Amino acid sequence: MEKRVTFGSWTIGILFAVPQLLLIFTFFYWPAGQAVYWSLTLQQPWGGGNIWVGLDNFRSILANADYWNSITASLVFAGISTGLAMFVALVLAALTDRQLAGSRLYRVVLIWPYGIAAPALAMAFRFILAPEAGFMAVVNQVWPGFWDPGLDGTDAMASIIIAFSWKYVGYNFIFFLAAFQAIPRSLIEAAAMDGSGVMRRFWDIQFPLITPTIFFLLVINITESFQDSFGIVDIMTAGGPANATNLMVYKIYSDGFKGLDYSGAAAQSIILMLLIVVLTIFQFRFIERRVHYR
Amino acid sequence: MVERTPFLNFFTHLILFVGFVLCIAPFVVVAVAASHNLRDVNDVPMSLLPGNDFWTNIKTAWTTADLGPKLLNSFIMAAGVAAGKVIISALTAFSIVYFRYPGRTFIFWLIFVTLMLPLEVRIVPTYAVVANVLSPYQTILDLTGLSWLIGKVSGVEVSLSLGLLNSYTGLILPLIATATGTFLYRQFFLTVPDELTEAARMDGAGALRFFIDILLPLSRNNMAALGTIMFLWAWNQYLWPLLITTDQSHATAVTELKQLIPNVGGIPEWNIAMAGTLIVMLPPLIVVVLMQRWFVRGLIATEK
Repeated sequence: MEKRVTFGSWTIGILFAVPQLLLIFTFFYWPAGQAVYWSLTLQQPWGGGNIWVGLDNFRSILANADYWNSITASLVFAGISTGLAMFVALVLAALTDRQLAGSRLYRVVLIWPYGIAAPALAMAFRFILAPEAGFMAVVNQVWPGFWDPGLDGTDAMASIIIAFSWKYVGYNFIFFLAAFQAIPRSLIEAAAMDGSGVMRRFWDIQFPLITPTIFFLLVINITESFQDSFGIVDIMTAGGPANATNLMVYKIYSDGFKGLDYSGAAAQSIILMLLIVVLTIFQFRFIERRVHYR
Repeated sequence: MVERTPFLNFFTHLILFVGFVLCIAPFVVVAVAASHNLRDVNDVPMSLLPGNDFWTNIKTAWTTADLGPKLLNSFIMAAGVAAGKVIISALTAFSIVYFRYPGRTFIFWLIFVTLMLPLEVRIVPTYAVVANVLSPYQTILDLTGLSWLIGKVSGVEVSLSLGLLNSYTGLILPLIATATGTFLYRQFFLTVPDELTEAARMDGAGALRFFIDILLPLSRNNMAALGTIMFLWAWNQYLWPLLITTDQSHATAVTELKQLIPNVGGIPEWNIAMAGTLIVMLPPLIVVVLMQRWFVRGLIATEK
């Protein structure tokens, strides 16, 4: 889409774009280029600049079992938390859209979680799920040793998945509800006149019409689960126990800033970036086929 | 709804109510835990009736994590990011939509690509740039031989250096350098009727006058939505402030939360930790509640 009427002097036009161009050059393109450069070189331990090592950084990362463990953990985390957050939000939005008494209240309250900072909600859940105080302690009294995210990797993974999903249920709910409300009422009423029940209407009318939103949220949730998880991991588990929750972004941070391995961290950044791009392309290629755009 | 479905209605209410409880429970637990003393908070199960130590805990958390200045820092950062986004994205979108110049499509794509690669992924090199924000330009001068030339001609050795670690500028600028807002404005500008532009030009308005007197007032709703969503987003940033504020003076409230818990393994004073959590989660929650309409609009508009 283009404007018919425009302004003539194009020097002024470019001037308007200059501030943003300067910003994205300095803080986006330069660092991105730098990451590529670092990933292909190795910093000398005693100074003297970087030496070219080609793909050696990538080889050594990919040969490292810790790294594969981190990829697996990230994928498990992404898969389960996305599925959980989307399913729960879809159910809640579909039910809120039935507009029974009180649905206004749900519409207001169910989006609150998304406003909370990841580290703050991680703190809250660390307390709620703590094995010695809070609420899982009750379960631990009945079955001693049932729950301990500090020692058991699966429990730790479950904790960060719960915290992340809680926040993203709020996020998904906003989008699902907007999508449901965009469906014309007359369509649903006509279907009801023809004698179709609630479930039938959901599967044959509402669900196909919100597939674009489902697809959009799938892409966003998976991408965010790679990025937004940092605060939750840092506060709740710090990557432990025994690297069970050492997700990829957390590993980049700890290798780069605690281990001072810039080249390794840069190579990991690039792999993470490629992984996100590949996942996104995959979703567009294979899942979007089932999406009905109007 | 259209028909009577008492059975289904019952389940709708039931499930929504369970969802409501699960959504609200963490807030309640945090608030109640913040009101207990150390012994009661570690009771199993913890009593859900509020204790009496709410203000004491709030005060302790406030002083331990030094939350006063930290909240101010958070506020400055979030407001700066929101304002910067609202202004800079409007300028760029105006340039892309209302002018025809060579390379316009290229600029559009340059900006679009920034959506693909979030800050978390390129965190290490961005940190290096912020440590000396002029280093890209220094390198360019060195590589093109310009600094050698300047050194020969004027006798001045070029070494540009401007560190932004531990500064508000360093906190804010990298967070503005993405495309989210630009596209929101672009979509909106494209819906502004051409007749309006024609009329303005006929009355003798130049580009700048049209932008300030007509386009910006029209985009007030967009600005409110974008501003709200960016404020929340910036307030909730964690990794970036954690890295670049090596000095306590510029740390934000969200990063300071960690001060309230010992390293992994130790058992925190949960009542104090929860009081701190409550303080930090309250401002964004208030923004969400008060600005709900703009928050929802901004979220749906910026992401789509």
